[in-house]
Amino acid sequence: MKFREAVRDATLLAMESDPRVFLIGVGIIDPRAVWGTITGALEKFGSDRVVEGPLSESALTGMCIGAATFGMRPVLIHHRIDFTLLTMDQLINHAAKWRAMFGRQQTVPMVVRAVVGRGWGNGPQHTQSHHALFAHVPGLKAVAPSNSRDAKGLLLAAIEDDDPVVYIEHRWLHEDEAEVPTEYFTTPLGRAAVVREGTDVTIVAVGPMVSEALKAAQALAQGGLSSEVIDIRTLRPLDSETILGSVGKTGRLVVADSDWGPCGMAGEVVARVAEDGFDALKARPVRITWPDSSVPSSQAIEAQFYPGAREIQEATIAVFEKVRSAGFVRSTVKEFEGPF
Amino acid sequence: MSTAVSTELKKKLFYDMLLIRRTEERIKSQYHLREMRSPPHLYMGHEAVAGGVCAALRRDDAVFPYYRSHGWYLAKGGDLNAMMAELFGRETGCSRGWGGSMHLIDVKAGVMGTSAIVGGTVSHAAGAALTFRLQGKDSVAAVSFGDGAIEEGVFHETLNFAALRKLPVIFVCENNLYATNTHIQYRQAQPEIYRHAERFGIPGLRADGNDVVVVFQKASEAVIRARQGEGPTLLEFETYRIFEHCGINEDHDLGYRTLEEVRGWQAKGPLEKGKHLVTQAEAKQMAEEIDARIDRAFEYARSSPWPTSLAVEGAAR
Repeated sequence: MKFREAVRDATLLAMESDPRVFLIGVGIIDPRAVWGTITGALEKFGSDRVVEGPLSESALTGMCIGAATFGMRPVLIHHRIDFTLLTMDQLINHAAKWRAMFGRQQTVPMVVRAVVGRGWGNGPQHTQSHHALFAHVPGLKAVAPSNSRDAKGLLLAAIEDDDPVVYIEHRWLHEDEAEVPTEYFTTPLGRAAVVREGTDVTIVAVGPMVSEALKAAQALAQGGLSSEVIDIRTLRPLDSETILGSVGKTGRLVVADSDWGPCGMAGEVVARVAEDGFDALKARPVRITWPDSSVPSSQAIEAQFYPGAREIQEATIAVFEKVRSAGFVRSTVKEFEGPF
Repeated sequence: MSTAVSTELKKKLFYDMLLIRRTEERIKSQYHLREMRSPPHLYMGHEAVAGGVCAALRRDDAVFPYYRSHGWYLAKGGDLNAMMAELFGRETGCSRGWGGSMHLIDVKAGVMGTSAIVGGTVSHAAGAALTFRLQGKDSVAAVSFGDGAIEEGVFHETLNFAALRKLPVIFVCENNLYATNTHIQYRQAQPEIYRHAERFGIPGLRADGNDVVVVFQKASEAVIRARQGEGPTLLEFETYRIFEHCGINEDHDLGYRTLEEVRGWQAKGPLEKGKHLVTQAEAKQMAEEIDARIDRAFEYARSSPWPTSLAVEGAAR
């Protein structure tokens, strides 16, 4: 099942099994059905449960909060994560605060699907990920599935969760295929996954960097280096236990994130390991993040922006001084052929 | 300043619309070569709005277009070579290759940087207007936005403030009925956009956005008011986007609008309505001159160097 089909599968299953679930967002009744991720939902459930929103993202977010406090389970859909920036007051001042602010009387069981763009010169305002912003805030939860199976399982879990969950959905993963159970199932929030076992180094990766890390691990293995790759899956709450357990075994840490470096997820992982796993470390930890810049539109430098398997491989080798590598693996992520 | 339309002005109005149209057509026809790699929001169908409003402005006035900006950039006197180089992602582009189609700028011509976020620069225009006042200038700011921008809170925040302070800003709504592919009937309780002006006690009107003379006249009146310190105006121009929201193709096959509707608007499009402004011979001569300009711009773009480093971010020109 493709990633985008898995998102759709989860969406329809959730709506079928729970009448409290509804979708809301700008342009969600568009015939393209949010890149095929909600195809059929409008026809099946009607416009009361597939709610078209005007370009009023802040108000829509607030309405989700209001609906959630009256028992509904809204899923707010943004075609671009960049638009969540218009909603930060409602997300952070309101949704994130609601459970604590009233002594845990009310919760806000809403999900925000935020799609990350890349490619075809989309430029600075349509290529951000800034998931660190959500991971930073107490009261929010945030997940970043890297594959179809987790796309479905994490979305269903997010919808079931009683807290506001931001679902970071990378558009470049939409066409990736993987085995996905057809029945209703959830992938637990707050649990990272060891997707490749190894003994020499721990590579923790976020979202689209997971497949890059696996490619790097493959190439490194040919050079005799055994990497353990961890898919973070949930950004907040972060599963320190799995990460510390792995570093305890390998003694080396590389973190690959698809976001800017400063105050980011990679920094958070490094901080936790430095604080709680310091004695296990045999080498300094290394972060691979986006350059500290916005993404340029020009194809000539847009390509320079994104780290991938090669950078992960180079960074990991840098952690080891004497390792022969079989050769660098070029990123094979399929390019998005725009324009939309 | 007069709102009468001289023969010279008629020619300029037609020329500017034709310049926009033929540039967009050339972009459309060359896009498949994959040299231009950024999301294009073509201005075809809207030409009379930018053409008419910019003709009512001076060079020292500032326009704040949105991402469907090629028309505004050109009508305001932006550099065509730099625009094409930007679409080609070159170092010589107006945004040094960093913005692409959605983020054009030409400060010398009074074209301020455009945002891909709906409503993103409406408030910037008010800030510019405030500054003109503080600096004792009689320049005006004109901001354009689609019908969708009305739904963003910042639109109302800005209108309120501009009205309160009688700022020299003109709000130009290019109402083409669709926000991406969603018709205004699904989005606005009261879709007579010009009536939002009433709430703030400023003049508001709706006019045919495909009649460049009408656009020019209404814009001129608004500009005069602004320059004389009488405050902002909300102009709602009814127009229509011929091609898809973003891209070079037709999209009636998607089903959200009919081919009949598209063709109906094309028949009363700005260049059709503006045919009477010039003679056939004049139109032909203009087309030849424009095509030559476009040829040069494409050549300029294709032969321009690429940016080489991410490090140029933030470097001022």
